[in-house]
Order: sequence, then structure tokens, then C-alpha cells
Amino acid sequence: MYFDTLTALWYMDGHGIYVWVAYALTAALLIAMVRLPISRFRRHWGWVEAERRRTSVSSPAETEEKGG
Amino acid sequence: MWTIIHKMGSPPWFFRFSGALVRWLLPLTIALLCVGAFWGLLIAPPDFRQGNSYRIIYIHVPAAVVALAGYYVMAFAGAVSLIWRIKMADVTMRAAAPVGAALTAIALFTGAIWGKPTWGAWWVWDARITSMLLLFFLYLGVVALFEAYENKTAAARACAVLSLIGTVNIPIIYKSVDWWYSLHQPASIKFMGESAIDSSMLYPLLLMIAAFYCLFVVAVLLNMRAEVLWRHRESGWIQQLVERA
Amino acid sequence: MSHDVPSVSLIAAFAGQFARHAKALINSPADVANPLLFFFMVVTLFPLGLGPDPERLSSMAPGILWVVALLASLMVSGKLFASDFEDGSLEQLMLSPYPLAILALAEVAAHWFATGALLALIAPVFGVMLGLPSEGLLVLTLSLLLGSVCLTLIGALGSALTVSIRRGGLLLSLLIIPLNVPVLIFGTTAVYEAVVGGNWVSWLALLGGLALGSLALLPIAIGAALRVSVDT
Repeated sequence: MYFDTLTALWYMDGHGIYVWVAYALTAALLIAMVRLPISRFRRHWGWVEAERRRTSVSSPAETEEKGG
Repeated sequence: MWTIIHKMGSPPWFFRFSGALVRWLLPLTIALLCVGAFWGLLIAPPDFRQGNSYRIIYIHVPAAVVALAGYYVMAFAGAVSLIWRIKMADVTMRAAAPVGAALTAIALFTGAIWGKPTWGAWWVWDARITSMLLLFFLYLGVVALFEAYENKTAAARACAVLSLIGTVNIPIIYKSVDWWYSLHQPASIKFMGESAIDSSMLYPLLLMIAAFYCLFVVAVLLNMRAEVLWRHRESGWIQQLVERA
Repeated sequence: MSHDVPSVSLIAAFAGQFARHAKALINSPADVANPLLFFFMVVTLFPLGLGPDPERLSSMAPGILWVVALLASLMVSGKLFASDFEDGSLEQLMLSPYPLAILALAEVAAHWFATGALLALIAPVFGVMLGLPSEGLLVLTLSLLLGSVCLTLIGALGSALTVSIRRGGLLLSLLIIPLNVPVLIFGTTAVYEAVVGGNWVSWLALLGGLALGSLALLPIAIGAALRVSVDT
């Protein structure tokens, strides 16, 4: 462990602001890189599910209409 | 090798394989990133000239390395799609482009932030940073060209041609920017990466490079899965998967 | 390329395609004059923007002239295949028994004579206006002659990729500017070296190498890109 205290880790002899901002921005972008395709996948999955429900609900309704 | 390429061409097989792969590769990537960042930020000693600001190297260099490799992955997928007309190669190329562009963006802004304490300016026309900027433009070109075509098969073939020419051009661009920089170089800014790096700083760097490679694979696979799901939403095997879930 | 065509007729096909395109260019002198006028006007903007100090202008002249030449080639390359695409003659090219790369190269060659070569020959006039030392004038022309081969071929690739896209103009510049960077660097450096009395021959040789490499590789890519554009 190089730093003795948390404050030393935070200030990094005056360079802390640069290091932490760089890491925070990178972390945000990396998380977005993984989260965006996952949420897109979930959206598409939900679409397929909804489509299945719609077709399975609507087909009996159609037969009912024809019968009536 | 051949069977793998052949199997990768089959969407249902890819879907199952990538799902299993991501399930253990994603936690591994996160663990590698955490350990590497912890090591680089807290344990590694400071650089004797740049002090603590050099710790940005642990994200800057991996992002740059993987962004460059990503362009070659994209161009290789483009070549496969041109020659064998394999649809999955189109999907790979489409998925790799935005991920590579994001990594290039990371390399650019971490380079700028690193430049402020090191050179006293947010942006310096250093050879490596300038090459990264040009790589960023090359990625944006592929993404924009793909979006511009309405017919996605044609878009993939056009992007394949573009990225193959880009691949031939990248070494020339890097070399020419290098020469350009050494010709015009002001003497005051010449202290990044010349000295051999000490092993106490090198190990976390290698760890982070490995982590970024894994992350690239995970992000590309996730993008591909979303794309495959959408393209085959009407097909029987997707319907079965949804039903079973 | 599987067709076994005799080489004489291949040359004839090249010449025919070249002549057809050259005639079209001669019939529309505005298309030939426009890039030169553009070059002239943008060069005029630099002293207005930077101030008339002759020393400053002459030290910047190689960079200014080369950047403006690059922009001029960018401006015209968008139109390279546009009329062929609209009137359907590109589709006829696809049906021809000759390799598409050769036919596209003929068209690019005619285009190069009308824009790149002409611009390279006229550039010393603008060099004198910007106070470029006389040692640099010949090298400026030579570097532009070699460099514009690459610029035109890369522009043709961009044009072939975007010709079927509506409003592809901005996209075209995004595609080809990064690819043009080595040409710009080698060209300006050759002129700078000539001005300071350095070794400009090796930079011209590099440009020549780039031109040869582009001539070998890019026509094939242009052919493939044209096929994509016509098929959509």
C-alpha cells in the first residue's frame, strides 16, 4: 500500500483531481458500454414476449367473433 | 478453427454459446478491472518524474491498445463477411464499431486529463494522441456509413470495404504522424514512456490490458446478442427460447 | 475477371472509358474551373485571417497550399460517380466483360487530369502569392502531382461508397479525411524540406510509394464499393 491515509489517497500530492476524474469518467463509459446492449436485449425480449401474448390472446377472440 | 467459424455462422448456436460465455466472462472482467484499478491506484509506487498523475496510464494505455486491436477485429469480420457472406460476421462488425469508438474516446479524454498536470495543457498535438484522434475518426466513419445505408446487407459490405482500406492505412497513418511529430517536436515535451517501465508498475498495467480485452469481448458479444435477437425475433428458435423462459 | 479477355481490348476499353469521361469534362468547363476557383478563393482567405505579414505567410505557405488542395479534392470527389449513378451508366459498367476496377480507374484517371494535375500545375502561382520561397515551387508542383493521385483515388473510394446515399456530402469528408492524413504529411514535409534546403527527395519518394500503392489497391476497393452502391 503506497498511501498512508485516505486524505493522501484523495489528494495524491495535488494530482488527485485529475486521476479521480479520469477514472470516474472511464468507469461511467465502461458501465454504459455493458448496460446499453443489455437493456436493448431486454427491450427486444420484452417485445417478443408481448407479441406472443398478443397473438395468443387475439386468436381466440377472432374465433369468438366469427362464431357470434 | 474452421468448425468454430462455421458454427459461429449459425445464430442459435451463437446465442447459446455467447450466453454461456458472457455469464462467466462478465464477472471475471469486473473482478480483473477492480483488482487492476486497486493495484494501480493504491499499491503501485508513484512515477519519479510525473508523481501520481501517471496512474491514469492504467486506463489510458489499455483503452488505446484495445481500441486499435478492435479496429483489426472489425476489419477481419468485414473481410469474412465480404468473402464468405456470413451474416454473423456482419453482426460482429456492426457490434465492434461503437465499442471501439467508445474505447478510443476513453483513450482521448484520459490522455487530455493526463496532459494537464504533465504538459500544463489539456491538449497537445503529441504523436500518439493525434493518431488516436484519427483512429476515432476512422471508427466514426464506419459507424456513420453503416447508419447511412437503409439496406443493412449493403451497409455491411460497404463498411467492410472501408474498414479493410482503413486497416491498410492505419500503419501508414501511425508512421507518418510519428515522423511528423519528431520533425516538429518542441524540446520541452518529451517525457512520456521513453524510460523502461518498472515491473512494480508494469504488472498492474498488463492486468488492466487483459481486463480491457475481456471487456471488449463482453461488450461486443452483448451487442451481438441484442442484434441477433432482433433479427430473428420471428423465428421458431427464438419463440421457443422465450416460451421456455 | 474469370472472363478471358485479350489484353488489347482491355486497353481499348480503358481508353474508351477514359475518353468518354474526358469528353464529359471538356463539355462542362465549369466542373473543371470550380475547384481551381475554390483553391484561389480559400488561399485568399488566409492572408485576410492571419494578417499580411510576408514572413509569417511564407513560413505557413506549404501547409496552407496543401490543406487547401486537399479540401479542393474533397469538394470535387463527391461528384465523381454521381452523374454515372443517376443516368444508369454505372449499371451498364457492371454488365461489361472487363474488370470493374480497370474501368473505374479510367474514370478516376480522367478526373485526375482535370482536377489534380491541373491544380498541381497552377499551384506555384498561389505559392508566389503567399511568398513561398522559389526553392519550394517546383517541389510543390511535384508533390501535388504525386499526392493528388492518392487524394483522387481515396476521394473516388469515398464517392463510390456514398454515391447511393442521399446527402452523403458530410459523410464523404468523414470517411476520407483520416485516410488522407499521410498524403498531407508527406506532401507538406517535402515542400518544407525543399524550402530549408533539406532532403526533400526522400519525402517525394514516399509520396510516390503511396501513389503506387494506392494505384494497386484502391481500384479494386472502388470496384467493390461501386458494386455495393449499384446493388442497393
